[in-house]
Amino acid sequence: MGRPLIHRSPMPGLGLSMGITLTMLSLVVLLPIGALLLKGANFGLAGIWETVNRERVWAALFLSFRLSLFAALFNLVFGVLLAWVLVRYRFPGRRILDAAVDLPFALPTAVAGISLTALYAPNGAFGQLAAEIGWKIAYTQWGIFIALVFVGLPFVTRTVQPVIEEIEREVEEASATLGASRLHTIRHVILPMLTPAALTGFALALARAVGEYGSVIFIAGNIPLLTEIAPLLIIIQLEEFNYDAAAAIGIAMLLISFAMLLVINLIQVWSRRRIGYV
Amino acid sequence: MIAHLPATVLGLAPISAIILSPTGATTRQESSMFTTITLAGQITAQGTRVADHADGRVTISTGLTRLTGWPISRVLRGAFTAALLATLGLTAAPQAAQAESLLNVSYDPTRELYRELNEAFTAHWVAQGNEAPTIEVSHGGSGSQARAVIDGLEAQVVTLALASDIDKIAEAGKLPADWQSKLPNNSSPYTSTIVFLVREGNPKGIKDWGDLINEGVQVITPNPKTSGGARWNYLAAWAWAEKNGKDPKDFVAALYKNVPVLDNGARGSTTTFAQRGIGDVLLAWENEAYLALKEIGEDQFDIVVPSVSVLAEPPVALVEGNIKSDAQRALAEGYLNYLYSPEGQALAFKHFYRAWDTSKANPDDVARFPKLDLVDIASFGGWAKVQPEHFGDGGIFDQIYVPK
Repeated sequence: MGRPLIHRSPMPGLGLSMGITLTMLSLVVLLPIGALLLKGANFGLAGIWETVNRERVWAALFLSFRLSLFAALFNLVFGVLLAWVLVRYRFPGRRILDAAVDLPFALPTAVAGISLTALYAPNGAFGQLAAEIGWKIAYTQWGIFIALVFVGLPFVTRTVQPVIEEIEREVEEASATLGASRLHTIRHVILPMLTPAALTGFALALARAVGEYGSVIFIAGNIPLLTEIAPLLIIIQLEEFNYDAAAAIGIAMLLISFAMLLVINLIQVWSRRRIGYV
Repeated sequence: MIAHLPATVLGLAPISAIILSPTGATTRQESSMFTTITLAGQITAQGTRVADHADGRVTISTGLTRLTGWPISRVLRGAFTAALLATLGLTAAPQAAQAESLLNVSYDPTRELYRELNEAFTAHWVAQGNEAPTIEVSHGGSGSQARAVIDGLEAQVVTLALASDIDKIAEAGKLPADWQSKLPNNSSPYTSTIVFLVREGNPKGIKDWGDLINEGVQVITPNPKTSGGARWNYLAAWAWAEKNGKDPKDFVAALYKNVPVLDNGARGSTTTFAQRGIGDVLLAWENEAYLALKEIGEDQFDIVVPSVSVLAEPPVALVEGNIKSDAQRALAEGYLNYLYSPEGQALAFKHFYRAWDTSKANPDDVARFPKLDLVDIASFGGWAKVQPEHFGDGGIFDQIYVPK
């Protein structure tokens, strides 16, 4: 009597749910990425490298990933702060503020880009003030940074918020009675509990910023080597009917994003192991 | 009380509210059929049928109350008929309209022109004894519009900014390679040129192309890589430099060094210049420049006409591959020919395009175009040569930013 080849799960419906999941995942995610990789495979590794290994493409990739990283770091700090304020304090208008956090999700990115440009252009409300101290925001890398902060803001706040709600005050009080200073409590009690969720939010904000096109294109000056983002280079290649080169830059972005998300996940695993219980 | 009802009452509406008195009903005690009726849309009730009304409703007795409503069988039949009609309507309507519908895929600055032209053409087409056609226009960047048609957007007519974009559609096999010889004037019913829009009073004293490379002059023009109009801007600058004994490559390089923002399209640049207040001079389509004056105010900007500019010929074509019937072909051909008719040409003049036939045009519309030295694309060697040499990957435009 051999053992049965397939171990049936005690939970019913595995086959059906697995089938639906895989079908949806294939249609929505795997097929488009597969098509991109296939296009790249036809083009050949040498062709991809030749397309990507040019000063202008490197400049655009460096700009896109650098500013996305800065924007995601900014959102990490202020997103956690915002979530903390929204959960821990009661003040008039809190619910409105809470709802407003989701606006960057809901607003069409082009609308966001045009509004930000109107505000930060040298004749806009904020742009005028900045111009007085000789600070140009719109049509510089600062403008791109602001647009990326805008679109990525909700991710960190929304992932950290439920975790802060779960933290019981007794934990902080226990820390205080044991003689820890406030800073020590935050550093060694609160932040370790928030780290995994905050990192997830950071990764989401980063991924969103890297791929963002609609809002950035209005506020960036789009000058090659200075304010030209990588997604715009892809669009430019498409305008020239150069699908291979567009796919090559797309694949380069995919690989860099994959590497960055992998690193973030490793940090997450490490932090989880260190704390142990979250 | 309700729990004791012998009838099933589905739904949560209070029973008392839906009791109807069986006035004027011919009570038939003998037919004690068990019937389901519908009372208020979702709510149904079952009981013994006690009366049939002249309008088709029946009254049932639930033991305690009497309810009047439409018997369920009748409602179902009605709903089925409605659903069938709706299905037929959905499938039949597009088919009926398909023979007389037209999609014109155009580029960005033609919105105002085609809005008015479609109305005029519809009236003209109906006056000729045809049924009123459905004419739709899609606008966008010329290159992305061409790509949409190649990828399967079923346009019967394309009216784009550049012949090279229509050439790409022809390469995909949707129309013959010699499409440009099918209609008069290189298939361009109207033309335009590039002029300067400067701030009121022309504070930087810009008169001609040579002034654009001066220190401290900011020039707004879209990105030639993504905008058809911007390629004309670039070529106009090139033509001026050639005619004035300057090295054209150095000249355009110096010009683009003065460009602080490269928008994706002509409209984006107009917005940057007019609304955001960036730059001293906007290189614009003549029609866009006049439109900006009209829409934003003549007291804010001046138009400066340079000594040399380009003759931009935005071409039109019939997309053979997307024509489904003879009736549709007749409509599409009628539409394109209307662009060349005196009425169509008058509309083009009205919308600030330089058209050919002035016979029906308002003389004021024609008179506002100053004469200047216009260079056409053929003198650059045609798009097939210009496109890869200047705007292709690593072409002369790319070398301005990344020296080879």
